[in-house]
Amino acid sequence: MDLRELRGKAVGIRRDLLNMIYKAKAGHTGGSLSSTDILTALYYDALRVDPANPHWRDRDYFVLSKGHSVEGLFCILADKGFFDKAELNTFCRFGTRLIGHPNNRIPGVEMNTGALGHGLSISTGMAKGLKMSRRSNRVYTLMGDGELAEGSIWEAAMAASHYKLDNLTAIIDRNRLQISGDTETVMAQEPLADRWRAFGWQVVQLDGHDMAALVAEFRREPARDKPRAIIARTVKGKGVREMENLPRWHHGVPDAELLASAMRQLDAQERSA
Amino acid sequence: MATGLSCREAFCRELAELGRKNPEIVALTSDAKGSTSLGVFANALPDQFIEVGIAEQNEIGMAAGLAAVGKRPYVCAPASFLSARALEQIKVDVAYSRMNVKILAVSGGISYGALGATHHSSHDVAALRAIPGIRVVLPCDEIQTVALLRALEADDEPAYIRVGKAAMPIVYGPEAEFTVGKASRLRPGTDLTIIACGEMVRQAVEASEQLAGEGISAQVIDMHTLSPLDGEAILAAAEIGPIITIEEHSVNGGLGASAARLTATHRPVPMRTLALPETGNAVAGPSGEVFRHYGLDRDGLCRAARELLKAR
Ligand SMILES: [Mg+2]
Repeated sequence: MDLRELRGKAVGIRRDLLNMIYKAKAGHTGGSLSSTDILTALYYDALRVDPANPHWRDRDYFVLSKGHSVEGLFCILADKGFFDKAELNTFCRFGTRLIGHPNNRIPGVEMNTGALGHGLSISTGMAKGLKMSRRSNRVYTLMGDGELAEGSIWEAAMAASHYKLDNLTAIIDRNRLQISGDTETVMAQEPLADRWRAFGWQVVQLDGHDMAALVAEFRREPARDKPRAIIARTVKGKGVREMENLPRWHHGVPDAELLASAMRQLDAQERSA
Repeated sequence: MATGLSCREAFCRELAELGRKNPEIVALTSDAKGSTSLGVFANALPDQFIEVGIAEQNEIGMAAGLAAVGKRPYVCAPASFLSARALEQIKVDVAYSRMNVKILAVSGGISYGALGATHHSSHDVAALRAIPGIRVVLPCDEIQTVALLRALEADDEPAYIRVGKAAMPIVYGPEAEFTVGKASRLRPGTDLTIIACGEMVRQAVEASEQLAGEGISAQVIDMHTLSPLDGEAILAAAEIGPIITIEEHSVNGGLGASAARLTATHRPVPMRTLALPETGNAVAGPSGEVFRHYGLDRDGLCRAARELLKAR
């Protein structure tokens, strides 16, 4: 896919996830919209995955550490054919596979996440295991910025650089908001890049909605012997004016009127993609 | 009974043997190579050994990640820290995610008796029994430890194996066979049954010998697997008569409480559940003396047996 198609794909995923949340009357809207472009660049350009063979031995591994932002991931997995798109209608319904967090009974999902602070340890174990077996698969994880207050993240950050895991990329969805408000008020994350550098990581900062920047960074061969942290500056609720940068859209659900407004905005974005 | 190896030592020696045959087996520890007896594995198989530093949450999470890419990880560290600090990782990354992680939790219960409640794990069986998808196994001697390890290595499901610190008397003969999830009958008996697990098993055997001298015939059941619990064995024991359970664990949520729920539901019989008290942390001290203080030994079992039979 070229950049224009990738941007168009991201608009489509935003449409799908908003419709899914609207139907289910539940979901984590803000963080799903802030991470949509990152997930799109990963799944439609960077990751080696095979929807027909989710357990393909040579696949790249992706762990959604901020498990509550699962809506974008489900829409992408369905769009890529890991499971039938009609199943998205069961999101959060009684007895569904598509619960409000990633679950590895769903094809294409590696691990059950949702309790925060777990994804980086899991990814560190994956990357370490792949290195031990001299396999060339890569490991990616996406974390929230509020999530970084969990101590286990820093245990893993320490370990990944100790083991020189240059096959590991951790992406931080730096939307500067968490459920209670501004991350810097709740528990300050800055100086965020310095913290990761001090833990021995190679740090890249970019605009998490700039498809060209995301694709270029994921395609770049990372520095040897260091894990890579990508701090992606994002906007919570990105793409829907009424939701952008407002903490209440962490798990707000749009009504019919707002959904219609959102669709009009996304149509306009698609035309200008 | 002749004294053999500690269960942790038996486990790690056998793990090194298994690791030689299968390079996918990896052992992780959190600065506890010495405490767990993992040195034999680390020295023989340095490329299959992972030191994670003092970071149990990351240790369990990493083990789950290793399993996800096809490794066969064994986490070896003290029970007190793994089962409390890393409980969420055990619950989510291992049990809920169904990752093939085996956890060797050493110095369980009050093995570190004199070190106090920070180092005791009298909660671990209760905590892990309430988490679906992970088996809980408490071997009693070196023979059983090795046999159960081999059985667990043959499958791809999670397990928590809790052992003590001390060298243990050898309870079983070298040919003994065990099935995970099926209790073993160590002694037949017709008056009552003692159901024991882990290091309390040898106390149960000694008590049954003592009671035999007093004309009391006590069956001994070794409940080496606490999750899934062998309910059939418990209800079969209830057909014989009263039941005494004994465990190095809180009286809440462990062997006794779980057995009593089954008998109360299906076949009520008089019972005694010997365990650590719920009223406060166990008194600190050498574990043998702590056991004696709480009646978790041969004499405590014999007293309970006499009381139960007198009341009948
Ligand atoms: Mg955030």
